[in-house]
Amino acid sequence: MNEKEIKFLEESFKKYYFDHFDLIHVPERTSEREFGYQKFNSGMARHISLKDDKELHLLLMQNIPSDVYCSNAYYSFPNLSMKEKDWKEADLIFDIDAKDLHLDCRKNHCITKCNECSQISKVTDVCQKCKSTKLETKSLPCNNCIEASKNEVIKLQNILVEDLGIEKNNIHVYFSGNEGFHVYVYNSQFQEVGSRERSELVDYIMFKGAIPETFGMKKIKPNRASFPNFEDKGWKGRFAKEIFGSKSKRSKVISELISVGYSNFQKNLETLSGKIGAQIDPNVTMDIHRIFRLPGSLNSKSGLTKIFCKDLKTFDPYSDSSFLDENSVEIKANCPVEFKLRKKKFGPFYDEQITVPTYAAAYMICKNLATIY
Amino acid sequence: MITLGKDEIAKYPFLADAGQYLKDKGFTLQQFGKDPDLKLSVEKALNRVQVSADGKIYKSDLIDGEASKDYVLEREVFSFLLAIVLLKLTGMSTLIKRFSLAEARRAEKYLERDLANITDESKKELAVRIIDDLFSIQIKKLDDYFIIPISNYLTHSINFHEREWKLINRHVENGFVFLTPHETVRLIRKELGNYINSKIINAKTPSMIPGFEEPVAKLVSLSKKFVTHSVTTGEYPPCIKHAIEILEKGENLPHSGRFMLATFLLSRNQTVQQIAPLFKNAPDYNEKVTLYQLNHLAGTSGSGTQYSCPSCEKLKTQNLCFPVPECNTIFNPLQFGKKERK
Repeated sequence: MNEKEIKFLEESFKKYYFDHFDLIHVPERTSEREFGYQKFNSGMARHISLKDDKELHLLLMQNIPSDVYCSNAYYSFPNLSMKEKDWKEADLIFDIDAKDLHLDCRKNHCITKCNECSQISKVTDVCQKCKSTKLETKSLPCNNCIEASKNEVIKLQNILVEDLGIEKNNIHVYFSGNEGFHVYVYNSQFQEVGSRERSELVDYIMFKGAIPETFGMKKIKPNRASFPNFEDKGWKGRFAKEIFGSKSKRSKVISELISVGYSNFQKNLETLSGKIGAQIDPNVTMDIHRIFRLPGSLNSKSGLTKIFCKDLKTFDPYSDSSFLDENSVEIKANCPVEFKLRKKKFGPFYDEQITVPTYAAAYMICKNLATIY
Repeated sequence: MITLGKDEIAKYPFLADAGQYLKDKGFTLQQFGKDPDLKLSVEKALNRVQVSADGKIYKSDLIDGEASKDYVLEREVFSFLLAIVLLKLTGMSTLIKRFSLAEARRAEKYLERDLANITDESKKELAVRIIDDLFSIQIKKLDDYFIIPISNYLTHSINFHEREWKLINRHVENGFVFLTPHETVRLIRKELGNYINSKIINAKTPSMIPGFEEPVAKLVSLSKKFVTHSVTTGEYPPCIKHAIEILEKGENLPHSGRFMLATFLLSRNQTVQQIAPLFKNAPDYNEKVTLYQLNHLAGTSGSGTQYSCPSCEKLKTQNLCFPVPECNTIFNPLQFGKKERK
């Protein structure tokens, strides 16, 4: 990103932060958290500790960060080095990202930008112009992506409540500000568990590592009665609903499962993982020292805000998280994919000079698909 | 501290205070070296260690955890305590480890029986208390099962490598894991072994007791059997080969994959300068950043911590594992291709 674009984004971000202090708060137990931030075209500053909202707002005004982060962990000394922080516990966190769902629609709204010659084209493995393979993929997610991500959030919530015994009011869902959702779990029995234990929770939630015996299938002489029922709790019940379809088909499907054999059953389980497991990013949940995007802050990949979803069903990220102002800006856009913000359509633009509102200009500039004219 | 009856000490002798027990019974170690009757207990102790070194469980004289005569009970406890004395005098950690594990497995049988005891509530309570006091697992009974909080379960189950112990293969409901008495006790085997091991390690080593020389010499020669050397073929495991292939193709290897590759090669004694060029083809390659990160992992910059290669289990979760049959017996990519040389 060049100076002109950085200046524009910094000005827009600063205005947002100044006008929306009401949206940006430090989390509970502030003094036990580690904060961090990044400036445009610059490295990460972390190991910062803050006392209250006032200190946070001051940091935002003084530094105009591109991104702001806060730890899900609680430390005795959050501002010391990693070794000396003295980790106490960490909220459980989950990241659901549309890009990990491998949806068919993505080929329609993803763009590749060549790192060597800056050529922008529809998704490809090799740059059409200079044949380089050093390509960066940019995505302008569509409604389908958001709906599919919401669906994963709902799957996750069900597992958290029914299986892991988490109270619903301790689960908070946020739109990440780009193309997914962040889910936080507070005050659970998992606060103090380490990374390896969290990795087991990840496998559970994603339905990974299941063995046929768990679902009644044995290598030798499988017993029909040990296959799951519709009413079973947890994964057995979900398995039954997905595989049998309806109660009346149970018997027939069991016969089929037995006849195709043990190793095919194992393969079936692996395929099922992508369907019934919640598609979360394992690395985020396993990491107990992460600094995670701060709610209320802007996401420099889009200029949108990471914001709390009161009602996930009706939540529309491209209206409800767009807070930059409406002032017109002249830009040169090379954005071959149409997108929608605040219910208004933009693009496609093919290397053309246009005038658009700040929020739309910022969206394209953040994705490196436009420059200030 | 749990108060134990006579037969309970025989079942769970590791809960007794060794020195105090002998004193209470009016014996000294010296007597066991001299007195022909007491010497039988030393022989029993030797046998107890030898059996455990073979990977077997010592067969107790107790019948269903009960003994018909008091002296049988006493000899049972003596042989355990004397086994510890012999192990301390031998000083071989392999024997201590094997003994601890075998004793844990022996106690496991009694714990399981006590947990499942429906006629004597006090026996069940004792087993529940032992598990809570020693391993901080709060067990509750629910119908035919014992239920424990998932977080408690996970801290223990992550030490198992068998897939049946993965949380996904367990009956999980409303924050609890459902276990049979057998599974409950199996869950703590390793920790029970560690508990017994640490008790032995922390016990004082007595000076040689006349009459103990022969069994100690036998154990020293037995322990030599367990010294092994290993050689490595030098071949890279499939996960590492896969990561290198991705980078060679100029495709994007996720951060976790880069971490795995770098820590693996550093552990195989490659230098930062040798490793850095591997990342040259990455779409976002930046020499300065790569060197900084590699030095950080090697512990030559930053906090000085040298990061180790992630376990196979972790790599599976991160979708970085591409197993071949040789992977079945290893837990970390660094073990790939290692063969024991006797």
